[in-house]
Amino acid sequence: MSPNYIAKRLMMIVYTLFIVSLIVFAITQILPADAAVMMLGENATQDALAALRENMGLNAPVWQQYATWLGHVLRGDLGTSLRTGQPVGPVMFEALGRSLLLAFLSIGLMLVLAIPLGIIAAVRRGKIADMVVSLISYAGVALPEFVTATLAVLVFADLMKWLPPTGYVPLTENFGSGIAHLVLPVCVISVILIAHVSRMVRSELVDVLHTDYIRAARLKGISRGKVLRRHALRNALLPTITIVALDVGYLLGGVIVVEEIFAIPGIGRQLIVAIQARDLPAIQAGVLIMAATYSIVNFIADILYAWLDKRIQYD
Amino acid sequence: MTDFIKRLLGTPQGAIGMVLVLLVLLVVLFGPMLAPHDPEALSPLTRYKGPSLAYWLGTDQYGRDIFSRLLIGARATVVMAVLATIAGTLIGALIGTASAFLGGRADELIMRTIDAVMSIPSLLFALLVVNLLGSSTINALIAVAIAFAPGMARITRSVALSVRKQDYVNAAIARGESSGYIIFREMLPNVIAPIIVEMTIRVSFAVMLFATLSFLGLGAQPPAAEWGLMVSEARRYMHLSAGILIWPSTAIAIVAVGFNLLGDGLRDALNPRT
Repeated sequence: MSPNYIAKRLMMIVYTLFIVSLIVFAITQILPADAAVMMLGENATQDALAALRENMGLNAPVWQQYATWLGHVLRGDLGTSLRTGQPVGPVMFEALGRSLLLAFLSIGLMLVLAIPLGIIAAVRRGKIADMVVSLISYAGVALPEFVTATLAVLVFADLMKWLPPTGYVPLTENFGSGIAHLVLPVCVISVILIAHVSRMVRSELVDVLHTDYIRAARLKGISRGKVLRRHALRNALLPTITIVALDVGYLLGGVIVVEEIFAIPGIGRQLIVAIQARDLPAIQAGVLIMAATYSIVNFIADILYAWLDKRIQYD
Repeated sequence: MTDFIKRLLGTPQGAIGMVLVLLVLLVVLFGPMLAPHDPEALSPLTRYKGPSLAYWLGTDQYGRDIFSRLLIGARATVVMAVLATIAGTLIGALIGTASAFLGGRADELIMRTIDAVMSIPSLLFALLVVNLLGSSTINALIAVAIAFAPGMARITRSVALSVRKQDYVNAAIARGESSGYIIFREMLPNVIAPIIVEMTIRVSFAVMLFATLSFLGLGAQPPAAEWGLMVSEARRYMHLSAGILIWPSTAIAIVAVGFNLLGDGLRDALNPRT
């Protein structure tokens, strides 16, 4: 893996964020009412609106507004919320921290369950175990998160009373209660990921098990288990890194819904509130942060992949 | 063709998927005619009823017949999802094929831009578009179509790249055909099979995206019988009757699993290696 490749990948992140900033800015520009109307309300006088527009630089040409906004973002100033009047950046990053906790736990649970399921299905292809695993994965993709979440709350919180229904308790404040509040959200987010990743692991491993070098290893007299561990799994699990990284985009979308339902003050919830209130700076900041998170995760995944798979030579 | 259908129905996924999708299509076509009750007729005296002869799946929080609402809501839910998927696929397929054909720097630029757009989660993208255009069913359709386009473009491109190397494309270039002719007449027809597979599976994602948009108050509006909206309205009353939550959820699940299975069946039937 050359430094050149890393530099090229980093340039891609910069380009990605540039495009996302353009999209986000364009979207907020096309909104029917501008920021001044949103701050002062529909009934504000023309004079007051004009004064505020002048003050906020809304009379400048669009590209100039974009340049000013981008300049502020590059200096770490993500703007001031129209709704609360507070700086957006710190609020969003604090919320991102909670969302990342949720995301990491979900990915962890997913890996622990999806990889063994995929392996079992591939090794026992066509047998009962394979069918059970594909049944699980079809069940996983059957319902959107808000339905799974609602059903989970109905069953485990309302009927069984095993877990608290909604809410968020910081782990630093009360570890046990914090974890208890995270169990349902994490399970709900993992369901679809488990379905997807276990299927991917299965199909990768099935492909690898049909290659010549696996047959050669078997013919040498190495046991099935050893061939699986030493030869097949390495190559079959590598693509999983890329798949998981790409799923992060999906995960971040799922986090939005799950946070809304379980009342977790993460970045998804902040974004929903911002979108509903048409709080432009908060929307811009939130989308940028989400896109940046996705880009960075995919960057790390690509580097990790190139580092683990010595066959790949990127220029 | 008959051979293909035989192979499709030969796999358990293909057969079950086909049955479920056909069932859904029948409901979409004839559902409104079969509905035993007016889906929007309120009857305060028969709220939260369990299944009975008069109300096959019981009644909801306003005393409306759940079965009739499901039959009529199928159009809002499934037709919208299919249309949005087709629209998104067409846009994506066009971009992907063009990108693969152009190659070089143009391809690089297009794909990096697609990657950039994909870094915004599709649900978030749809939320932004709907919020910008105003919440209505048509706008939700546009939003989902736009959200799907980049992913479809990426898949189409990778398929088209392998087609691009085929001799008949080189022959067309040698004949001096225009880029438009080569993209539309030579390449697109040959990238269609894998795209149809992907599209079938994506219909189920579209159903979920629509349902989620309705849940967040940005898709179909009450008193529409859209399934996602039915679930989200039922959430507040689920303690009183689980049925109002479970039936529309089941309907969504049947559509999602049906299209997923059909897609997998199509993939197996189209792939000669398996």
